[in-house]
Amino acid sequence: MATMRNALPRRLVGLASLRAVSTSSLGTFPKRVKIVEVGARDGLQNEKNIVSTSTKIKLIDMLSEAGLPVIEATSFVSPKWVPQIAAGAKEVTVFVAASELFTKKNTNCSIEESLQRSDEILRAARAAGIPVRGYVSCVLGCPYEGKISPAKVAEVTKKIYSMGCYEISLGDTIGVGTPGIMKDMLSAVMHEVPVAALAVHCHDTYGQALANTLVALQMGVSVVDSSVAGLGGCPYAQGASGNLATEDLVYMLSGLGIHTGVNLQKLLEAGTFICQALNRKTSSKVAQATCKL
Amino acid sequence: SVIEVTSFVSSRWVPQMADHSEVMKGIHQYPGVRYPVLTPNLQGFHRAVAAGATEISVFGAASESFSKKNINCSIEESMQKFEEVVKSARHMNIPVRGYVSCALGCPYEGTITPQKVTEVSKRLYGMGCYEISLGDTIGVGTPGSMKRMLESVMKEIPPSALAVHCHDTYGQALANILTALQMGINVVDSAVSGLGGCPYAKGASGNVATEDLIYMLNGLGLNTGVNLYKVMEAGDFICKAVNKTTNSKVAQASF
Repeated sequence: MATMRNALPRRLVGLASLRAVSTSSLGTFPKRVKIVEVGARDGLQNEKNIVSTSTKIKLIDMLSEAGLPVIEATSFVSPKWVPQIAAGAKEVTVFVAASELFTKKNTNCSIEESLQRSDEILRAARAAGIPVRGYVSCVLGCPYEGKISPAKVAEVTKKIYSMGCYEISLGDTIGVGTPGIMKDMLSAVMHEVPVAALAVHCHDTYGQALANTLVALQMGVSVVDSSVAGLGGCPYAQGASGNLATEDLVYMLSGLGIHTGVNLQKLLEAGTFICQALNRKTSSKVAQATCKL
Repeated sequence: SVIEVTSFVSSRWVPQMADHSEVMKGIHQYPGVRYPVLTPNLQGFHRAVAAGATEISVFGAASESFSKKNINCSIEESMQKFEEVVKSARHMNIPVRGYVSCALGCPYEGTITPQKVTEVSKRLYGMGCYEISLGDTIGVGTPGSMKRMLESVMKEIPPSALAVHCHDTYGQALANILTALQMGINVVDSAVSGLGGCPYAKGASGNVATEDLIYMLNGLGLNTGVNLYKVMEAGDFICKAVNKTTNSKVAQASF
């Protein structure tokens, strides 16, 4: 017996920090989580095939019927807020990144300039009584710069929060993050911005999205962005998957007894509908498992 | 550091494992790596030893219905068979790993109580299994049910003797594994490319992909001793051989 017990496989080392991180908060999840459904915008925008306007409308209606509390409807790419409001938008979003190179490549300006533009949008929106949600990209890594410091993410987040965003969605744009990095980033951000104003937007490019989201929940985040059927590829990694699938997120939250208000069955129907319209397979594991039974 | 090689079961039930002896004899056994094989009964055990196996495993279940349907006997009957195997193995100084299926849910019974999982695990551990791998066979578990199950089992078995074997049928595997790691488990089962579908949910995915697991563990700064790139190469090789696309997201992103 002793011989058997001594002949043990090499163990994982370095677990102390992981346990210290979360043992105290294990089981302390928020009672409710607000899911921000980005499939109709972030999702469709990154899909190869284009769908008709009526299909988009039907998708959004199906998502509403599934009980999703927030559904990102569309995107007005111009930095000016006027077209968004003119089109009847009741909410506006501003995008910044925690990476200089990404900001340059994506919007052709520096982080400082993009913050100034955001400030203008925010002032105008606030004057019109319109709420503004902020997005910070590359919070766990950048396709150009590689590692991004948590301090940088905190700095940028703090700035747009103080400009008046009611919520900031922290995006792991290329899905490179892992739970420890998520924890470090959130610790830094939570020093500057209350957790109630934070959301996470994890990409599943390396299969880490749900684990990263779990850590965020353990730290008190109660708003999560996801995309029905996991729509939306990753523009930086050919063939790679993109957003976290809302169905898989709802499955986990449901199992944890966390209230979302979402009807999984109806959500699955919305996913089936849009995948047929896009002529693609779902990226949701829950959908793959249930639709074949 | 541990690679499950094959299974000494009847080829009638598992045709893909019919060449078990050949495979066992044909592989290069690297120093420092362990090569266990599955042995459902004494007959399989003797064949495994004859083929050069130096480590074996036995599979129990925390569900009566699953045990009956899968190995055609009750949990109690299966434990008696395993006692025989474990006794013979101990005699020959061959380590035995115990598996408990349906640890977080059963395709027939639905919910499985943590108490039942503990009872079966304790039995296998008490017989002499050096490690118990707790399997979420149909992947229905979520972090909450994983935590409750482990809390119960860890009252009877030290975490150092436990492993988790999560299926990714509902995309929950990594989140469940993370929960297990946070609770002190440090042995995790996974399959290169996420090979293996789920026989109880057609079209559903099966095992968690080793590549994706290593990616997470690397990011966490946990030392596994495994070279991710070489695993990806192995994954690429086997996917071509069985003519299917990988289930690993890391592989999809990298190739």
